[in-house]
Amino acid sequence: MTMDPQTIIAKRIALELRDGTLVNLGIAIPTLVANYVPPGMHIFFQSENGLIGTGPIPEEAMAQPRLTDAGGRPVSAIPGACTFDSAVSFGLIRGGHVDMTVLGGLQVDEAGHLANWMIPGKMVPGMGGAMDLVCGAQRVVVAMQHTAKGKSKIVKQCTLPLTSVRTIDLVVTELAVIAFPGGRATLVETAPGVSVQEVVAATEATLIVPSTVREMQL
Amino acid sequence: MRTTTVEEAVSRIPDGASLMVGGFMGVGTPERLMDELTRQGKRNLTVIANDTATPGVGIGKLVSAKCLRKVIASHIGLNPETQKQMIAGEVEVELVPQGTLIERIRAGGYGLGGILTATGVGTVVEEGKRKIEVDGREFLLETPLHADFALLQAFLADYLGNLTYALTARNFNPVIAMDATTVIVDAEHVVPVGMIPPDNVMTPAVIVDYLVARV
Repeated sequence: MTMDPQTIIAKRIALELRDGTLVNLGIAIPTLVANYVPPGMHIFFQSENGLIGTGPIPEEAMAQPRLTDAGGRPVSAIPGACTFDSAVSFGLIRGGHVDMTVLGGLQVDEAGHLANWMIPGKMVPGMGGAMDLVCGAQRVVVAMQHTAKGKSKIVKQCTLPLTSVRTIDLVVTELAVIAFPGGRATLVETAPGVSVQEVVAATEATLIVPSTVREMQL
Repeated sequence: MRTTTVEEAVSRIPDGASLMVGGFMGVGTPERLMDELTRQGKRNLTVIANDTATPGVGIGKLVSAKCLRKVIASHIGLNPETQKQMIAGEVEVELVPQGTLIERIRAGGYGLGGILTATGVGTVVEEGKRKIEVDGREFLLETPLHADFALLQAFLADYLGNLTYALTARNFNPVIAMDATTVIVDAEHVVPVGMIPPDNVMTPAVIVDYLVARV
């Protein structure tokens, strides 16, 4: 069975989750990671609008209009959940209390810089909480498709405005897992059925390719 | 604290006023006050809030009714109307990282001269700002924000104006409550004094100026 790109990305990132940690998921693909938490593992998911303990989307009649995710959609809360104001929420984020954040991306460059909040002249949604998350989370993982309209999103140098000068730890696409040890893009894993050559060909950035590159264990 | 009607509360807000509005994508936004601002046709308002929600929801109502001259927010991406008016030059938009926005508001309300944050260092956000090094790390000096009015949505208000908020509808509300000259509250339920235990009060009554009566 072939998996769609978003599922591959979300399932692979779920393997980065560690029991008992505080994890913040951005909107779009990152949200899907919550669907693949390994059985028996307890994760504290934070929603930046003021919730730790975000649970699954409730059935329609059970939605509580004052219990929502960062996109304003109804969510549920798991036992042990807590709510707080935005100053506390960003104290958690900026203060280094978030163990891992998963964010979407427009570009990641070969040093590990992320651009994900605006395309000048075209799309200016605003940075929301992204700049604080990249600045303050212990570990930053980017979830994005490898290319957009045939062009690599993993570039030599970001041409879009940066989200932070702090570099990310990992980018996961439907083709590959890339890490940034020593500030250099390094191919760590390829997706099932994808060759190293295919990843390199789809990537504008110069990739370091170690002698062994594992296949994603989905 | 005085109780008031929604019409009278909003009539106190002149054209050109600055408003801090609670809510996150409309959740925790005082919708009755948004509707009345629109109905009274206010113009040239400055809104300081997390976002502009979506058209027809929360602050999105003010955007669509062209009540706004300026928006200071962290995110406008889910309201195409805000982006359209920004591109057309009808509304000035200042984008501020969310953690910085809430701290600039908190600084204003807590009597601080600003806050230092590493968020935005080395990005376009640092343009025109002082950089200060503390223990070898660079920070941006972010200045306090103030507003003429704070418009809050509470879950419970007692007869004195003590407030609590519910779940994720809390967000910016208790922080903006500290930072405006005049604080106007709409509450889902108004309850007798004592029904909110002292430890559960999230905003003390002394900083609330007007409580909009339930009808």
